[in-house]
Amino acid sequence: MGKTFAVKALERASGVTGLVPGQIVDAYPALYMSHTATWRCIKTWERMGEPELFDKDRIAMVMDHISPAQTSKIAGDHRLSREFRDKMGIKHFFDVNAGIAHVVLMEHGLVKPGDLIIGTDSHSTIYGALGALGTGVGFSEITAAWVTGKLWMKVPQSMKVIVQGPLPEGVYPKDVMLKLIGDLTADGATYYSVEFHGSWVESLSTSERMTLCNLAMEAGAKNAFVPPDAETMRYLAEHGVDLDTVEPLVSDPDAVFDRVIELDGTALEPQIAVPHNVDNVVPISQVVGTKVDQVFIGSCANAKYDDLAIAARYLKGNRIADGVRLVVTPASADIMAKAAADGIVTTLIQAGALITNPGCGACAGSGGAMADGEVTLSTANRNFRGRMGSYESSIYLSSPAVAAASAITGVITDPSRVLAPV
Amino acid sequence: MGELVPRYEGRCWKFPANIPTDALVKSRYVFDPMDEIVKHVLEDYNPRFPLEVQPGDIVVAGHHFGQSSGRAIAAKALKATGIGCVVSNAFSRTFFRNCFEIGLPSLEIPDATDIVEDGDHLVVDIAQGFFRNETSGVERHVAPASPFLLRMLAAGGLINLTQSDPDWASTANT
Repeated sequence: MGKTFAVKALERASGVTGLVPGQIVDAYPALYMSHTATWRCIKTWERMGEPELFDKDRIAMVMDHISPAQTSKIAGDHRLSREFRDKMGIKHFFDVNAGIAHVVLMEHGLVKPGDLIIGTDSHSTIYGALGALGTGVGFSEITAAWVTGKLWMKVPQSMKVIVQGPLPEGVYPKDVMLKLIGDLTADGATYYSVEFHGSWVESLSTSERMTLCNLAMEAGAKNAFVPPDAETMRYLAEHGVDLDTVEPLVSDPDAVFDRVIELDGTALEPQIAVPHNVDNVVPISQVVGTKVDQVFIGSCANAKYDDLAIAARYLKGNRIADGVRLVVTPASADIMAKAAADGIVTTLIQAGALITNPGCGACAGSGGAMADGEVTLSTANRNFRGRMGSYESSIYLSSPAVAAASAITGVITDPSRVLAPV
Repeated sequence: MGELVPRYEGRCWKFPANIPTDALVKSRYVFDPMDEIVKHVLEDYNPRFPLEVQPGDIVVAGHHFGQSSGRAIAAKALKATGIGCVVSNAFSRTFFRNCFEIGLPSLEIPDATDIVEDGDHLVVDIAQGFFRNETSGVERHVAPASPFLLRMLAAGGLINLTQSDPDWASTANT
Protein backbone atom coordinates (compact mmCIF):
# COMPACT_ATOMS: atom_id res chain seq x y z
CA MET A 1 0.00 0.00 0.00
CA GLY A 2 1.37 3.40 -0.97
CA LYS A 3 2.18 6.24 1.37
CA THR A 4 0.82 9.77 1.39
CA PHE A 5 2.98 12.88 1.34
CA ALA A 6 2.22 13.58 5.02
CA VAL A 7 3.30 10.09 6.10
CA LYS A 8 6.52 10.38 4.07
CA ALA A 9 7.33 13.87 5.38
CA LEU A 10 6.82 12.81 9.01
CA GLU A 11 8.84 9.64 8.43
CA ARG A 12 11.68 11.78 7.10
CA ALA A 13 11.46 14.25 10.00
CA SER A 14 11.19 11.56 12.69
CA GLY A 15 13.45 8.87 11.30
CA VAL A 16 10.66 6.36 11.98
CA THR A 17 9.33 4.26 9.12
CA GLY A 18 5.98 2.57 8.76
CA LEU A 19 3.95 5.44 10.24
CA VAL A 20 0.17 5.19 10.07
CA PRO A 21 -2.46 7.92 10.46
CA GLY A 22 -3.35 8.55 14.09
CA GLN A 23 0.10 7.57 15.35
CA ILE A 24 1.98 10.05 17.56
CA VAL A 25 5.61 10.58 16.70
CA ASP A 26 8.37 12.98 17.66
CA ALA A 27 9.54 14.83 14.59
CA TYR A 28 12.45 17.19 14.02
CA PRO A 29 11.28 20.22 12.01
CA ALA A 30 13.65 21.88 9.56
CA LEU A 31 12.47 25.32 10.70
CA TYR A 32 10.69 26.77 13.74
CA MET A 33 9.01 30.08 12.93
CA SER A 34 7.81 32.53 15.53
CA HIS A 35 6.24 35.89 14.71
CA THR A 36 5.72 39.15 16.62
CA ALA A 37 4.98 37.19 19.79
CA THR A 38 8.49 35.69 19.76
CA TRP A 39 8.92 37.41 23.11
CA ARG A 40 6.55 34.85 24.66
CA CYS A 41 8.86 32.05 23.50
CA ILE A 42 11.88 33.91 24.89
CA LYS A 43 10.20 34.43 28.28
CA THR A 44 9.41 30.72 28.52
CA TRP A 45 13.01 29.92 27.55
CA GLU A 46 14.23 32.25 30.32
CA ARG A 47 11.96 30.52 32.86
CA MET A 48 13.46 27.20 31.79
CA GLY A 49 16.86 28.53 32.83
CA GLU A 50 18.08 29.55 29.37
CA PRO A 51 19.01 26.05 28.20
CA GLU A 52 21.22 25.47 25.17
CA LEU A 53 19.50 25.66 21.79
CA PHE A 54 19.24 22.50 19.68
CA ASP A 55 20.09 24.26 16.39
CA LYS A 56 19.89 28.04 16.27
CA ASP A 57 19.97 27.99 12.47
CA ARG A 58 16.55 26.30 12.40
CA ILE A 59 15.04 29.27 14.27
CA ALA A 60 13.31 31.94 12.21
CA MET A 61 11.78 35.08 13.69
CA VAL A 62 9.66 37.62 11.85
CA MET A 63 8.29 40.79 13.47
CA ASP A 64 5.19 40.90 11.29
CA HIS A 65 1.92 41.12 13.21
CA ILE A 66 2.33 44.61 14.64
CA SER A 67 4.83 46.59 12.63
CA PRO A 68 6.09 49.16 13.28
CA ALA A 69 5.46 49.07 17.04
CA GLN A 70 2.38 51.02 18.12
CA THR A 71 3.05 51.06 21.85
CA SER A 72 6.09 51.09 24.08
CA LYS A 73 5.10 47.60 25.30
CA ILE A 74 5.35 46.25 21.74
CA ALA A 75 8.58 48.16 21.13
CA GLY A 76 9.94 46.43 24.23
CA ASP A 77 8.83 43.03 22.91
CA HIS A 78 10.63 43.73 19.64
CA ARG A 79 13.74 44.84 21.50
CA LEU A 80 13.74 41.64 23.58
CA SER A 81 13.63 39.64 20.34
CA ARG A 82 16.54 41.60 18.83
CA GLU A 83 18.57 41.16 22.01
CA PHE A 84 17.92 37.41 21.89
CA ARG A 85 18.99 37.39 18.22
CA ASP A 86 22.27 39.13 19.08
CA LYS A 87 22.95 37.04 22.18
CA MET A 88 22.25 33.68 20.54
CA GLY A 89 23.38 34.43 16.99
CA ILE A 90 20.02 33.89 15.28
CA LYS A 91 20.65 34.49 11.58
CA HIS A 92 17.10 34.10 10.23
CA PHE A 93 15.72 37.24 11.86
CA PHE A 94 13.42 39.55 9.93
CA ASP A 95 12.54 42.87 11.48
CA VAL A 96 9.45 45.11 11.25
CA ASN A 97 10.30 46.14 7.69
CA ALA A 98 10.21 42.63 6.16
CA GLY A 99 6.55 41.68 5.80
CA ILE A 100 4.40 38.66 6.67
CA ALA A 101 6.41 35.74 8.04
CA HIS A 102 5.08 33.05 5.71
CA VAL A 103 5.77 34.96 2.52
CA VAL A 104 9.11 36.30 3.77
CA LEU A 105 10.41 32.82 4.64
CA MET A 106 9.51 31.48 1.19
CA GLU A 107 11.04 34.50 -0.53
CA HIS A 108 14.28 33.96 1.38
CA GLY A 109 14.67 30.34 0.39
CA LEU A 110 13.98 28.95 3.88
CA VAL A 111 11.15 26.63 2.81
CA LYS A 112 12.00 23.53 0.82
CA PRO A 113 9.94 20.61 -0.51
CA GLY A 114 9.66 17.73 1.94
CA ASP A 115 10.57 19.86 4.97
CA LEU A 116 8.54 19.83 8.19
CA ILE A 117 8.02 23.45 9.29
CA ILE A 118 6.26 24.56 12.46
CA GLY A 119 5.13 28.11 13.16
CA THR A 120 3.30 30.09 15.82
CA ASP A 121 0.60 30.89 13.31
CA SER A 122 -2.30 28.78 12.15
CA HIS A 123 -1.74 29.74 8.52
CA SER A 124 1.60 27.91 8.51
CA THR A 125 -0.25 25.47 6.21
CA ILE A 126 0.87 27.85 3.43
CA TYR A 127 4.31 26.17 3.19
CA GLY A 128 2.61 23.35 1.29
CA ALA A 129 2.71 25.68 -1.73
CA LEU A 130 6.38 24.67 -2.03
CA GLY A 131 5.75 21.03 -1.14
CA ALA A 132 6.63 21.36 2.56
CA LEU A 133 4.58 20.16 5.52
CA GLY A 134 3.77 23.35 7.42
CA THR A 135 1.57 23.44 10.50
CA GLY A 136 0.69 25.84 13.30
CA VAL A 137 1.65 25.20 16.94
CA GLY A 138 1.70 27.05 20.26
CA PHE A 139 4.33 29.37 21.70
CA SER A 140 5.55 26.95 24.40
CA GLU A 141 5.74 24.24 21.73
CA ILE A 142 8.11 26.41 19.69
CA THR A 143 10.21 27.02 22.81
CA ALA A 144 10.40 23.28 23.45
CA ALA A 145 11.53 22.79 19.84
CA TRP A 146 14.23 25.45 20.24
CA VAL A 147 15.63 23.40 23.11
CA THR A 148 14.96 19.79 22.15
CA GLY A 149 14.82 20.18 18.36
CA LYS A 150 11.58 18.26 18.11
CA LEU A 151 7.86 18.29 18.66
CA TRP A 152 5.21 15.61 18.88
CA MET A 153 3.09 15.22 15.79
CA LYS A 154 0.00 13.17 15.09
CA VAL A 155 0.22 11.53 11.67
CA PRO A 156 -2.74 12.91 9.72
CA GLN A 157 -5.15 11.27 7.34
CA SER A 158 -5.09 12.72 3.86
CA MET A 159 -7.71 14.32 1.66
CA LYS A 160 -7.33 14.85 -2.07
CA VAL A 161 -8.97 17.90 -3.64
CA ILE A 162 -9.14 17.82 -7.44
CA VAL A 163 -10.10 21.10 -9.08
CA GLN A 164 -11.30 21.26 -12.67
CA GLY A 165 -10.32 24.41 -14.58
CA PRO A 166 -9.95 26.77 -16.25
CA LEU A 167 -11.81 29.34 -14.19
CA PRO A 168 -14.06 31.94 -15.84
CA GLU A 169 -12.81 35.53 -16.27
CA GLY A 170 -12.86 37.39 -12.96
CA VAL A 171 -12.68 34.16 -10.91
CA TYR A 172 -9.50 33.31 -9.00
CA PRO A 173 -7.94 30.74 -6.63
CA LYS A 174 -9.48 32.62 -3.66
CA ASP A 175 -12.94 31.90 -5.05
CA VAL A 176 -12.11 28.20 -5.41
CA MET A 177 -10.99 28.08 -1.78
CA LEU A 178 -14.00 29.98 -0.43
CA LYS A 179 -16.25 27.55 -2.34
CA LEU A 180 -14.32 24.60 -0.90
CA ILE A 181 -14.46 25.94 2.67
CA GLY A 182 -18.19 26.61 2.32
CA ASP A 183 -18.75 23.04 1.07
CA LEU A 184 -16.48 21.34 3.61
CA THR A 185 -17.42 23.67 6.51
CA ALA A 186 -14.91 25.07 9.01
CA ASP A 187 -14.12 21.63 10.46
CA GLY A 188 -14.53 19.52 7.33
CA ALA A 189 -10.78 18.96 7.00
CA THR A 190 -9.86 18.89 10.70
CA TYR A 191 -6.50 17.21 11.23
CA TYR A 192 -6.30 16.30 7.55
CA SER A 193 -3.38 16.75 5.23
CA VAL A 194 -5.15 18.40 2.29
CA GLU A 195 -3.54 17.79 -1.10
CA PHE A 196 -4.46 19.79 -4.18
CA HIS A 197 -4.33 17.95 -7.51
CA GLY A 198 -5.38 18.26 -11.14
CA SER A 199 -4.31 20.08 -14.26
CA TRP A 200 -5.68 23.42 -13.04
CA VAL A 201 -3.60 23.24 -9.86
CA GLU A 202 -0.55 22.31 -11.97
CA SER A 203 -1.11 25.45 -14.06
CA LEU A 204 -0.93 27.78 -11.05
CA SER A 205 2.01 29.94 -10.02
CA THR A 206 3.62 29.34 -6.64
CA SER A 207 1.97 32.55 -5.44
CA GLU A 208 -1.47 31.23 -6.40
CA ARG A 209 -0.68 27.90 -4.71
CA MET A 210 0.07 29.88 -1.53
CA THR A 211 -3.54 31.11 -1.57
CA LEU A 212 -4.80 27.51 -1.76
CA CYS A 213 -2.59 26.21 1.03
CA ASN A 214 -3.08 29.24 3.27
CA LEU A 215 -6.87 28.99 3.19
CA ALA A 216 -6.98 25.21 3.71
CA MET A 217 -6.49 26.04 7.39
CA GLU A 218 -9.95 27.62 7.47
CA ALA A 219 -11.43 24.18 6.83
CA GLY A 220 -9.44 22.85 9.79
CA ALA A 221 -6.49 21.31 7.92
CA LYS A 222 -3.33 20.34 9.77
CA ASN A 223 -1.34 21.03 6.63
CA ALA A 224 -1.87 21.55 2.91
CA PHE A 225 0.14 20.40 -0.09
CA VAL A 226 0.64 20.99 -3.79
CA PRO A 227 2.93 18.39 -5.42
CA PRO A 228 6.22 20.10 -6.31
CA ASP A 229 6.89 20.41 -10.03
CA ALA A 230 8.84 22.50 -12.54
CA GLU A 231 7.11 25.67 -11.32
CA THR A 232 8.21 24.86 -7.76
CA MET A 233 11.82 24.41 -8.89
CA ARG A 234 11.64 27.68 -10.81
CA TYR A 235 10.46 29.53 -7.69
CA LEU A 236 13.08 27.90 -5.47
CA ALA A 237 15.92 28.69 -7.88
CA GLU A 238 14.70 32.28 -8.23
CA HIS A 239 14.81 32.61 -4.44
CA GLY A 240 18.30 31.29 -3.94
CA VAL A 241 17.70 27.63 -3.11
CA ASP A 242 20.38 25.21 -4.33
CA LEU A 243 18.25 22.70 -6.22
CA ASP A 244 20.82 19.97 -5.55
CA THR A 245 19.73 20.07 -1.91
CA VAL A 246 16.05 19.64 -2.74
CA GLU A 247 14.45 16.23 -2.27
CA PRO A 248 10.73 16.56 -2.93
CA LEU A 249 8.20 14.10 -1.54
CA VAL A 250 4.88 13.23 -3.15
CA SER A 251 2.15 10.72 -2.39
CA ASP A 252 2.50 7.32 -4.03
CA PRO A 253 0.05 6.62 -6.88
CA ASP A 254 -1.65 3.98 -4.71
CA ALA A 255 -1.64 6.04 -1.50
CA VAL A 256 -4.87 5.93 0.49
CA PHE A 257 -6.86 9.15 0.67
CA ASP A 258 -9.64 9.09 3.22
CA ARG A 259 -11.61 11.62 1.25
CA VAL A 260 -11.52 12.70 -2.38
CA ILE A 261 -13.33 15.89 -3.37
CA GLU A 262 -13.83 17.10 -6.91
CA LEU A 263 -14.60 20.76 -7.43
CA ASP A 264 -15.66 22.08 -10.82
CA GLY A 265 -14.27 25.58 -11.23
CA THR A 266 -15.26 26.03 -14.87
CA ALA A 267 -18.62 27.65 -14.11
CA LEU A 268 -17.76 29.13 -10.72
CA GLU A 269 -18.97 32.61 -9.78
CA PRO A 270 -16.85 34.80 -7.53
CA GLN A 271 -17.48 33.65 -3.95
CA ILE A 272 -17.96 35.75 -0.82
CA ALA A 273 -17.63 34.70 2.83
CA VAL A 274 -20.29 36.73 4.63
CA PRO A 275 -20.23 37.65 8.35
CA HIS A 276 -19.19 36.18 10.76
CA ASN A 277 -17.68 32.82 9.76
CA VAL A 278 -15.30 31.86 6.97
CA ASP A 279 -17.50 28.91 5.96
CA ASN A 280 -20.52 31.17 5.55
CA VAL A 281 -19.96 31.34 1.79
CA VAL A 282 -22.34 32.50 -0.94
CA PRO A 283 -21.98 33.20 -4.66
CA ILE A 284 -21.42 36.91 -5.23
CA SER A 285 -24.82 37.29 -6.92
CA GLN A 286 -26.48 36.90 -3.51
CA VAL A 287 -24.70 39.91 -2.01
CA VAL A 288 -24.03 42.19 -4.98
CA GLY A 289 -24.86 45.77 -4.01
CA THR A 290 -23.95 45.45 -0.32
CA LYS A 291 -22.47 48.79 0.75
CA VAL A 292 -18.86 48.77 1.96
CA ASP A 293 -17.07 51.41 4.04
CA GLN A 294 -13.60 49.94 3.72
CA VAL A 295 -11.80 47.61 1.34
CA PHE A 296 -8.69 45.84 2.59
CA ILE A 297 -6.26 44.21 0.16
CA GLY A 298 -3.78 42.46 2.42
CA SER A 299 -2.82 39.31 4.37
CA CYS A 300 -0.86 36.14 3.69
CA ALA A 301 -3.84 34.87 1.67
CA ASN A 302 -4.00 37.60 -0.97
CA ALA A 303 -1.47 40.47 -0.91
CA LYS A 304 1.25 38.94 -3.04
CA TYR A 305 2.57 40.54 -6.20
CA ASP A 306 0.02 38.94 -8.52
CA ASP A 307 -2.81 39.95 -6.17
CA LEU A 308 -1.69 43.60 -6.30
CA ALA A 309 -1.32 43.35 -10.08
CA ILE A 310 -4.89 42.04 -10.40
CA ALA A 311 -6.20 44.87 -8.23
CA ALA A 312 -4.25 47.42 -10.28
CA ARG A 313 -5.70 45.97 -13.46
CA TYR A 314 -9.20 46.87 -12.29
CA LEU A 315 -8.26 50.15 -10.61
CA LYS A 316 -6.12 51.61 -13.41
CA GLY A 317 -7.74 54.80 -14.67
CA ASN A 318 -10.54 54.43 -12.13
CA ARG A 319 -11.15 56.19 -8.83
CA ILE A 320 -12.50 54.58 -5.68
CA ALA A 321 -16.00 55.62 -4.63
CA ASP A 322 -16.53 58.61 -2.35
CA GLY A 323 -16.65 57.55 1.28
CA VAL A 324 -14.73 54.28 0.72
CA ARG A 325 -11.33 53.66 2.31
CA LEU A 326 -9.08 51.36 0.27
CA VAL A 327 -6.21 50.04 2.39
CA VAL A 328 -3.52 48.08 0.57
CA THR A 329 -0.89 46.25 2.63
CA PRO A 330 1.67 44.37 0.49
CA ALA A 331 2.61 40.99 1.98
CA SER A 332 6.35 41.68 1.92
CA ALA A 333 8.99 44.32 1.30
CA ASP A 334 10.16 42.50 -1.84
CA ILE A 335 6.62 42.46 -3.21
CA MET A 336 6.20 46.15 -2.42
CA ALA A 337 9.48 47.01 -4.14
CA LYS A 338 8.53 45.08 -7.26
CA ALA A 339 5.06 46.65 -7.33
CA ALA A 340 6.66 50.07 -6.95
CA ALA A 341 9.12 49.42 -9.77
CA ASP A 342 6.35 48.21 -12.08
CA GLY A 343 4.11 51.23 -11.49
CA ILE A 344 1.47 49.18 -9.64
CA VAL A 345 1.91 51.21 -6.47
CA THR A 346 1.43 54.45 -8.42
CA THR A 347 -1.70 53.08 -10.10
CA LEU A 348 -3.17 52.13 -6.71
CA ILE A 349 -2.33 55.51 -5.16
CA GLN A 350 -3.80 57.40 -8.11
CA ALA A 351 -7.01 55.38 -7.69
CA GLY A 352 -7.21 56.58 -4.09
CA ALA A 353 -5.62 53.69 -2.18
CA LEU A 354 -3.83 54.10 1.11
CA ILE A 355 -0.65 52.00 0.83
CA THR A 356 0.72 50.84 4.17
CA ASN A 357 4.01 49.24 5.09
CA PRO A 358 4.26 45.49 4.42
CA GLY A 359 3.10 43.14 7.18
CA CYS A 360 -0.09 41.64 8.57
CA GLY A 361 -1.67 45.06 9.02
CA ALA A 362 -5.43 45.29 9.38
CA CYS A 363 -5.90 41.50 9.16
CA ALA A 364 -4.25 41.15 12.57
CA GLY A 365 -5.97 44.24 13.94
CA SER A 366 -3.06 46.61 13.40
CA GLY A 367 -4.68 49.64 11.77
CA GLY A 368 -7.81 49.65 9.62
CA ALA A 369 -10.25 49.30 12.52
CA MET A 370 -13.97 49.81 11.92
CA ALA A 371 -16.55 51.80 13.85
CA ASP A 372 -19.92 50.37 14.93
CA GLY A 373 -22.03 49.31 11.97
CA GLU A 374 -19.28 49.56 9.38
CA VAL A 375 -18.50 46.99 6.70
CA THR A 376 -15.13 45.90 5.35
CA LEU A 377 -14.61 43.79 2.26
CA SER A 378 -11.28 42.05 2.81
CA THR A 379 -8.97 39.75 0.85
CA ALA A 380 -7.79 38.18 4.13
CA ASN A 381 -8.65 34.74 5.48
CA ARG A 382 -10.81 35.44 8.54
CA ASN A 383 -14.02 37.35 9.17
CA PHE A 384 -14.73 36.54 12.82
CA ARG A 385 -16.76 39.15 14.65
CA GLY A 386 -14.68 41.92 16.20
CA ARG A 387 -11.49 40.98 14.32
CA MET A 388 -11.19 44.44 12.71
CA GLY A 389 -12.39 46.89 15.33
CA SER A 390 -15.95 47.16 16.61
CA TYR A 391 -17.82 44.03 17.68
CA GLU A 392 -20.75 45.63 15.86
CA SER A 393 -18.94 45.75 12.50
CA SER A 394 -18.91 43.21 9.68
CA ILE A 395 -16.26 41.61 7.48
CA TYR A 396 -16.85 40.05 4.07
CA LEU A 397 -14.07 38.07 2.38
CA SER A 398 -13.32 38.00 -1.35
CA SER A 399 -10.65 37.82 -4.03
CA PRO A 400 -8.53 40.87 -4.85
CA ALA A 401 -10.50 41.32 -8.09
CA VAL A 402 -13.82 41.60 -6.25
CA ALA A 403 -12.17 43.88 -3.69
CA ALA A 404 -10.83 46.24 -6.37
CA ALA A 405 -14.09 46.33 -8.32
CA SER A 406 -16.07 46.97 -5.14
CA ALA A 407 -13.74 49.80 -4.08
CA ILE A 408 -14.58 51.55 -7.34
CA THR A 409 -18.36 51.22 -6.95
CA GLY A 410 -18.64 51.37 -3.16
CA VAL A 411 -20.77 48.24 -3.12
CA ILE A 412 -19.94 44.54 -3.53
CA THR A 413 -19.43 44.19 -7.27
CA ASP A 414 -18.76 41.34 -9.67
CA PRO A 415 -15.42 42.25 -11.28
CA SER A 416 -16.53 41.11 -14.72
CA ARG A 417 -18.83 44.17 -14.75
CA VAL A 418 -15.97 46.58 -14.22
CA LEU A 419 -13.52 45.25 -16.74
CA ALA A 420 -14.53 43.57 -19.97
CA PRO A 421 -12.94 40.18 -20.57
CA VAL A 422 -9.58 40.41 -22.31
CA MET B 1 6.29 13.96 38.21
CA GLY B 2 2.78 13.08 39.37
CA GLU B 3 1.25 9.68 38.92
CA LEU B 4 -1.36 9.53 36.22
CA VAL B 5 -4.32 7.25 36.66
CA PRO B 6 -5.74 7.19 33.13
CA ARG B 7 -9.14 5.76 34.15
CA TYR B 8 -12.09 8.02 34.88
CA GLU B 9 -15.59 7.32 36.11
CA GLY B 10 -18.39 9.79 36.59
CA ARG B 11 -21.51 11.55 35.44
CA CYS B 12 -21.83 12.45 31.77
CA TRP B 13 -22.34 16.10 30.88
CA LYS B 14 -23.39 16.06 27.23
CA PHE B 15 -22.81 19.01 24.91
CA PRO B 16 -23.49 19.64 21.20
CA ALA B 17 -21.08 20.00 18.28
CA ASN B 18 -18.99 23.03 17.28
CA ILE B 19 -18.50 24.52 20.74
CA PRO B 20 -15.88 27.28 20.44
CA THR B 21 -13.18 28.06 23.00
CA ASP B 22 -15.07 31.33 23.56
CA ALA B 23 -17.83 29.28 25.26
CA LEU B 24 -15.29 27.72 27.62
CA VAL B 25 -13.76 31.08 28.52
CA LYS B 26 -15.63 34.16 27.37
CA SER B 27 -13.49 37.09 26.32
CA ARG B 28 -14.78 39.19 29.19
CA TYR B 29 -13.51 36.69 31.77
CA VAL B 30 -10.16 35.87 30.11
CA PHE B 31 -8.15 38.06 32.48
CA ASP B 32 -10.09 37.14 35.62
CA PRO B 33 -8.72 34.73 38.25
CA MET B 34 -9.39 31.05 37.48
CA ASP B 35 -11.82 30.71 40.40
CA GLU B 36 -14.00 33.32 38.69
CA ILE B 37 -13.52 31.96 35.14
CA VAL B 38 -14.54 28.48 36.25
CA LYS B 39 -17.99 29.72 37.37
CA HIS B 40 -18.88 30.42 33.74
CA VAL B 41 -17.46 27.47 31.80
CA LEU B 42 -20.02 26.31 29.21
CA GLU B 43 -22.80 28.21 31.04
CA ASP B 44 -24.37 29.33 27.74
CA TYR B 45 -24.90 25.68 26.81
CA ASN B 46 -25.94 24.39 30.23
CA PRO B 47 -26.14 26.86 33.13
CA ARG B 48 -26.25 23.94 35.60
CA PHE B 49 -22.85 22.62 34.47
CA PRO B 50 -20.53 25.09 36.26
CA LEU B 51 -22.76 25.01 39.36
CA GLU B 52 -23.22 21.25 39.70
CA VAL B 53 -20.20 19.60 38.08
CA GLN B 54 -18.45 17.20 40.46
CA PRO B 55 -14.81 16.10 40.57
CA GLY B 56 -14.31 13.22 38.16
CA ASP B 57 -17.34 13.96 35.97
CA ILE B 58 -16.93 13.43 32.24
CA VAL B 59 -17.75 15.95 29.52
CA VAL B 60 -18.91 14.43 26.22
CA ALA B 61 -19.16 16.90 23.35
CA GLY B 62 -19.94 16.66 19.64
CA HIS B 63 -17.47 17.19 16.84
CA HIS B 64 -15.20 20.24 16.41
CA PHE B 65 -15.00 20.75 20.17
CA GLY B 66 -12.74 23.69 21.04
CA GLN B 67 -12.84 25.38 17.64
CA SER B 68 -11.90 29.04 17.13
CA SER B 69 -9.01 30.57 19.08
CA GLY B 70 -6.26 28.18 20.14
CA ARG B 71 -6.02 29.83 23.57
CA ALA B 72 -4.77 27.26 26.07
CA ILE B 73 -6.76 28.86 28.91
CA ALA B 74 -9.91 27.26 27.48
CA ALA B 75 -8.59 23.78 28.23
CA LYS B 76 -7.24 24.98 31.59
CA ALA B 77 -10.67 26.31 32.56
CA LEU B 78 -12.38 23.04 31.66
CA LYS B 79 -9.79 21.15 33.71
CA ALA B 80 -10.33 23.57 36.60
CA THR B 81 -13.98 22.53 36.84
CA GLY B 82 -12.61 19.29 38.26
CA ILE B 83 -13.77 16.98 35.47
CA GLY B 84 -11.85 13.75 35.06
CA CYS B 85 -11.61 13.85 31.29
CA VAL B 86 -13.22 15.18 28.14
CA VAL B 87 -14.53 13.01 25.33
CA SER B 88 -15.48 14.31 21.90
CA ASN B 89 -16.53 12.85 18.57
CA ALA B 90 -13.60 14.94 17.24
CA PHE B 91 -11.58 17.74 18.78
CA SER B 92 -10.40 20.80 16.90
CA ARG B 93 -6.68 20.34 16.29
CA THR B 94 -5.40 23.14 18.53
CA PHE B 95 -7.69 22.13 21.41
CA PHE B 96 -6.45 18.53 21.13
CA ARG B 97 -2.83 19.69 21.41
CA ASN B 98 -3.67 22.05 24.28
CA CYS B 99 -5.33 19.25 26.31
CA PHE B 100 -2.02 17.41 26.51
CA GLU B 101 -0.08 20.65 26.89
CA ILE B 102 -1.99 21.60 30.07
CA GLY B 103 -2.78 18.16 31.42
CA LEU B 104 -6.47 17.57 30.65
CA PRO B 105 -7.08 13.91 29.71
CA SER B 106 -9.04 13.53 26.49
CA LEU B 107 -10.31 10.78 24.21
CA GLU B 108 -11.96 10.78 20.80
CA ILE B 109 -14.90 8.44 20.23
CA PRO B 110 -16.30 9.06 16.72
CA ASP B 111 -19.95 8.47 17.74
CA ALA B 112 -19.66 9.54 21.38
CA THR B 113 -22.71 11.82 21.43
CA ASP B 114 -24.83 9.09 19.81
CA ILE B 115 -24.24 6.64 22.65
CA VAL B 116 -24.68 8.81 25.75
CA GLU B 117 -27.39 10.87 27.37
CA ASP B 118 -26.78 13.67 29.81
CA GLY B 119 -26.60 12.18 33.30
CA ASP B 120 -25.44 8.71 32.20
CA HIS B 121 -22.72 7.03 34.25
CA LEU B 122 -19.51 6.59 32.21
CA VAL B 123 -16.17 4.85 32.50
CA VAL B 124 -13.26 6.01 30.34
CA ASP B 125 -9.71 4.64 30.20
CA ILE B 126 -7.53 6.68 27.84
CA ALA B 127 -4.53 4.35 28.22
CA GLN B 128 -6.64 1.39 27.08
CA GLY B 129 -8.76 3.36 24.61
CA PHE B 130 -11.81 2.02 26.43
CA PHE B 131 -15.20 3.67 26.85
CA ARG B 132 -18.24 2.21 28.59
CA ASN B 133 -21.64 3.72 29.24
CA GLU B 134 -22.58 1.97 32.50
CA THR B 135 -26.16 3.21 32.21
CA SER B 136 -26.81 1.64 28.80
CA GLY B 137 -24.06 -0.98 28.66
CA VAL B 138 -22.72 0.34 25.34
CA GLU B 139 -18.94 0.04 24.95
CA ARG B 140 -16.38 1.36 22.50
CA HIS B 141 -12.75 0.44 21.90
CA VAL B 142 -10.58 3.04 20.16
CA ALA B 143 -6.88 3.72 19.69
CA PRO B 144 -5.37 4.45 23.11
CA ALA B 145 -3.44 7.65 23.80
CA SER B 146 0.23 7.05 23.06
CA PRO B 147 2.57 6.32 25.98
CA PHE B 148 4.38 9.56 25.17
CA LEU B 149 1.24 11.67 25.46
CA LEU B 150 0.36 9.92 28.72
CA ARG B 151 3.79 10.81 30.09
CA MET B 152 3.31 14.42 28.98
CA LEU B 153 -0.07 14.50 30.73
CA ALA B 154 1.49 13.16 33.90
CA ALA B 155 4.31 15.70 33.75
CA GLY B 156 1.81 18.54 33.33
CA GLY B 157 2.74 19.55 29.81
CA LEU B 158 5.57 19.76 27.33
CA ILE B 159 7.77 22.37 29.03
CA ASN B 160 7.58 20.50 32.34
CA LEU B 161 8.38 17.25 30.57
CA THR B 162 11.36 18.83 28.82
CA GLN B 163 12.71 20.07 32.13
CA SER B 164 11.82 17.18 34.42
CA ASP B 165 12.96 14.36 32.20
CA PRO B 166 16.11 15.01 30.18
CA ASP B 167 15.94 11.51 28.71
CA TRP B 168 12.53 11.95 27.14
CA ALA B 169 14.13 12.40 23.73
CA SER B 170 14.71 8.69 23.54
CA THR B 171 11.21 7.68 24.45
CA ALA B 172 8.66 9.22 22.15
CA ASN B 173 9.53 7.25 19.06
CA THR B 174 9.53 3.85 20.72
